[in-house]
Amino acid sequence: MPSRIVAFNLNGRDVEVMVKPLTTLQTVLREHLHLTATKSGCRQGGCGTCTVLVNGEPMLSCLLPVEDIAGQKVVTLEGITPIEGLHPIQQAFFDNYAIQCGYCSPGVIMVIKALLDRNPNPTRQEIMDAIAGNVCRCTGYEPILRAAEDAARRLQSA
Amino acid sequence: MEITLNVNGKDKIFQVTPGDTLLKVLRREGYLGAKHGCEDGSCGACTVLVDGVARTSCTMLAVQAAGARITTIEALAGISKEGEGPVVGWRGNVELHPLQRAFVETGAIQCGYCTPAMILAAKALLDREPNPTAEQVRDALSGVLCRCTGYVKPVQAVLQAAAILCGERVPPLAEEPGEGAEWTSPSDQTHWPPEQVLPLFDRESPTNATEGPLPVTQGTVQTSAPPTLVAATHRETWHVVGKPEPKVDAVKLAQGRPVFAGDLQLRGMLVAKLLRSPYPHARIRRIDASKARSLPGVHAVLTFEDVPRVVYSTAGQSHPIPGPLDRVSFDNKVRFVGDRVAAVAAESEEIAEEALRLIEVEYEILPAILDVRQALDNPVIIHDEPDYVGFDHSDPQRNLAAQLHIELGDVDAAMQRADRIFEAEYTVPRVQQAPIEPYVCITYWDEDDRLTFYTSTQVPFHIRRILSPVLGLPVRRMRVIKPRIGGGFGNKQEVMIEDACAHLTIATGRPVKMEYTREEQFVSSTTRHAMIIRLRTGVTHDGRIVAQEMRVLSDTGAYGNHALTVTGNTAHKSLSLYNVPNIRFHGDVVYTNLPTAGAYRGYGVPQGFWAVETHMEWICREMGWDPLEFRLKNAVKAGDEHPMSKAWSEGRAPNPEIIQTCALAEAAQLGATRFSFRSAPEGKDYHIVPGKPHLRRGHGVALVMQGTAIPYLDMGAASIKMNDDGSFNLLIGATDLGTGSDTVIAQMVAEVLGCRLEDVIVYSSDTDMTPFDKGAYASSTTYISGGAAVRAAEQVAAQIRERAALIFNAGQSSQARVVKAEDIELHNRCAWAPDGRSLTLQEIALHALHTQDQRQIMGISSFVSPVSPPPFAAQFAEVTVDIETGQVTVERLLMALDCGVIVNPATASGQVEGGMTQALGYAVSEEMVFDANGRMLNPRFGDYHIFSADEMPEMQVLFVPTYEPSHPFGVKAVAEIPLDGVAPAVGNAVVDAVGVLIRDIPLTPEKVWRALRKAGA
Repeated sequence: MPSRIVAFNLNGRDVEVMVKPLTTLQTVLREHLHLTATKSGCRQGGCGTCTVLVNGEPMLSCLLPVEDIAGQKVVTLEGITPIEGLHPIQQAFFDNYAIQCGYCSPGVIMVIKALLDRNPNPTRQEIMDAIAGNVCRCTGYEPILRAAEDAARRLQSA
Repeated sequence: MEITLNVNGKDKIFQVTPGDTLLKVLRREGYLGAKHGCEDGSCGACTVLVDGVARTSCTMLAVQAAGARITTIEALAGISKEGEGPVVGWRGNVELHPLQRAFVETGAIQCGYCTPAMILAAKALLDREPNPTAEQVRDALSGVLCRCTGYVKPVQAVLQAAAILCGERVPPLAEEPGEGAEWTSPSDQTHWPPEQVLPLFDRESPTNATEGPLPVTQGTVQTSAPPTLVAATHRETWHVVGKPEPKVDAVKLAQGRPVFAGDLQLRGMLVAKLLRSPYPHARIRRIDASKARSLPGVHAVLTFEDVPRVVYSTAGQSHPIPGPLDRVSFDNKVRFVGDRVAAVAAESEEIAEEALRLIEVEYEILPAILDVRQALDNPVIIHDEPDYVGFDHSDPQRNLAAQLHIELGDVDAAMQRADRIFEAEYTVPRVQQAPIEPYVCITYWDEDDRLTFYTSTQVPFHIRRILSPVLGLPVRRMRVIKPRIGGGFGNKQEVMIEDACAHLTIATGRPVKMEYTREEQFVSSTTRHAMIIRLRTGVTHDGRIVAQEMRVLSDTGAYGNHALTVTGNTAHKSLSLYNVPNIRFHGDVVYTNLPTAGAYRGYGVPQGFWAVETHMEWICREMGWDPLEFRLKNAVKAGDEHPMSKAWSEGRAPNPEIIQTCALAEAAQLGATRFSFRSAPEGKDYHIVPGKPHLRRGHGVALVMQGTAIPYLDMGAASIKMNDDGSFNLLIGATDLGTGSDTVIAQMVAEVLGCRLEDVIVYSSDTDMTPFDKGAYASSTTYISGGAAVRAAEQVAAQIRERAALIFNAGQSSQARVVKAEDIELHNRCAWAPDGRSLTLQEIALHALHTQDQRQIMGISSFVSPVSPPPFAAQFAEVTVDIETGQVTVERLLMALDCGVIVNPATASGQVEGGMTQALGYAVSEEMVFDANGRMLNPRFGDYHIFSADEMPEMQVLFVPTYEPSHPFGVKAVAEIPLDGVAPAVGNAVVDAVGVLIRDIPLTPEKVWRALRKAGA
């Protein structure tokens, strides 16, 4: 089947990519656009490290054909990272030792971003529910929960 | 558009624009063996085969090659079970084409930048002419310029490959050297009478009576003057030092692997271009980059309005820089045609160039100083900026970058006593180092936001230190890596483009690549200092020089990098050869509105010796003295004090030195005999060229000396660790420019550790990974960095001996004889106990790492020298002069050198051959010429003529080694001295041929013709 052009908005910029049908958003981000913050952990929707925001909602980019998000707004970790310094969620992860190997962090941070955008003051249970789709093999999740609570405080006081 | 090209036997589809050159497309697609050296097909570094014909891919459009068969260097090498190259795991070994193998084995590869092109050009020849003459080989290689080798060994390599492809057996280069005479103490300088000459490669030698050498004497061009080594260069017990080992980087260079800075491809990398001044002297009244910035694809435009103003010097020298701080990254004033105005980073070269055109600049044109004689105390002041930081006697109000004055003895009184005083003025031109690889640098933020430089430099550690304040980055936030570099010759002892590249990476956050065009390389890098030298010499009737006075007016161009030290070196070396008690030197180094001078191999000394040695010829002719006898009578000898050492040391406090070793007299005598200096067989007149009455032949000689490193200043360091299999990682800061320093340093290490060269894995020139080294300049690397590596190796050797003793003595009863560590010898990859037992280095390494009292066997050391032992040489030249046209043809060059112990005769003779070739250009053809507006008229190869393979004279190298006691292997320098003697020897040969003495180089036909007419009139 022939390639076709798909246009969407990525981190605030309109982009066009020429892709074969069924190319995933993850492949487009990593291989075509060289944005490598979005990770590849299982390619079957089981680990969550490829999570990005589509129209503000966390989505698994490894299961998402890019044609399906044509014309929509995609935000990756690159899109929330300021030129200098860190986003408050990133800073909270840093300060709370929520990053060990760091491989799941981009996905987890995007999930928490989506959560805090719609619920600025979540309970511990709400955070746990939110990150239920993100597997972390290093931390035992406790530091991630602390980081998310810390991030909520920082964003509210900012 | 889409085109199909057949590359290396496979059809491939490429997306190209109609204007893309074949070179651009090939490199973009990963065929990185084709190199960029110029843009007009004149250097040949981009040569590929198109339907079997060698073509320059930079002058061919990709669309023109559609349908043709294209062969690149990548097609030649493979991997197979039969391969003989480095092992690549279960698939076998690297298999090299016979041409590649021959280039590796003969030492035909120095920097290796032109090597893929040479090999392809040679392949095209051998494909159609399997048994070529040397002349045909030279003709085939003539389109590929090489600035390193002087072509001797490449021609030899092609002939050797031809012989192998024809099924002949070719003896290896590494014949066992002659009997190893033990070194005598330095006070006993008589290690050989000439009859004990032990040639290493000389085909006439009875000691090398295997199959006749390579088929090198066919044709009319005498190709191969194999390096001849005189006397033993090594102790009998040396196994690696003294051998012509192939360079450790030769295989990958022969394969055309992507090992140069410009070969690195990074994601999202931007292309940088510079806007350069069209005026020699102007103030920027207004600069508007808004149109350029709004061009799609442009990521940054930087001018003096954007970048903080921090003064620095581009000179890559130790701290503190011995010269003025007179440069900023971007200034509101331009000081020569080609000076930097603005820098652009864009997504492609085309966009960057378009952006340059969109920058609007309003210049206030200022009067310019283009004549060096007008510079001093001119009302036009080139450096009127308030933040100028002077050094020593620099005075920008007088356009004086540096000034030095040296007085030894009483010159005026001695001149009174002289029987004759000779005084004359000599001039030398501005010439360019012209490495085939132009300046190229890539900067990027690494994943830890440290700024990384991947750059073609001789001074990685100095770059980091010098740019720290300029970029506002601490040294610890920077890393400088020097990959392979395509020649430097002093040109890259400079922080020339790294600052601009880094500013653009800081501005954009993106990787940025900046690469000079050939024109930029000529105009906007550095040159040799042009000088006017007035020399006054007093002699007595008994043939003694009693006083010398030299006054130098040196043109540093627009900036003062290396201004003081180059001119100081002119004095320090060229006035020290003759042991004259009364010396006066005065040097004024002035600013002009011409391109900036800097370091160039020889560093002021070729200028000085052009004057001194032409002057000596004149004196001999006037006084009726024998040129060699007079010179040797006055020359310094072992045991003498180095005359200038008590007066000058690179702008620092001098320390008097005694010259420990000097075989100048032996070199001169031996050279004269080998050269048949001013004699011809059967008493014929050598001036006559039979059947050619318009030609006159002449012989000339010049004696020269250089130094070895800067005493009490230059430091190199090395670290070595031992691996499980008995191999060693050698980490050195030293910077191999193609000279072979990685190889010779590893040879010395292998000698100490009793292993083979292949057991030493060399990694060099990376400010993060390797210990400090001041960089590659001042003829210091083999001596300084090599000395550090030897010391580190000695530490490692001591640890190996201790470990071996531990193993030997384990389980022995107390009555058994105990092996002492100091009695253990290391050789053949083993540690040997006095009782004949041995352990392999692998067994020792495994024991140390895994078995008992575990520890890492490793050593680290530094080397700095209190002395700068001078190498000496006698340079001979034979020329024919066409008295009708003034054409000077150099027929033969022979250099006989005392460079201490020769660690690797192949790389050392390669240095001498290549150096003589650069010096030959200095003598007869090279000169940067400027118009009345300060614009260079010949910023391209061809118009600026460097010698090609088919124009070369016969060259011979004769080493007359001494053992320099200040170094563990007795070495002295070899790199720079070959630049010193060719010009005066050629000039003196012209006098000998036609009787006219010309005091300015280059000796162009026009200049010689005019002199002949004047003399005839």
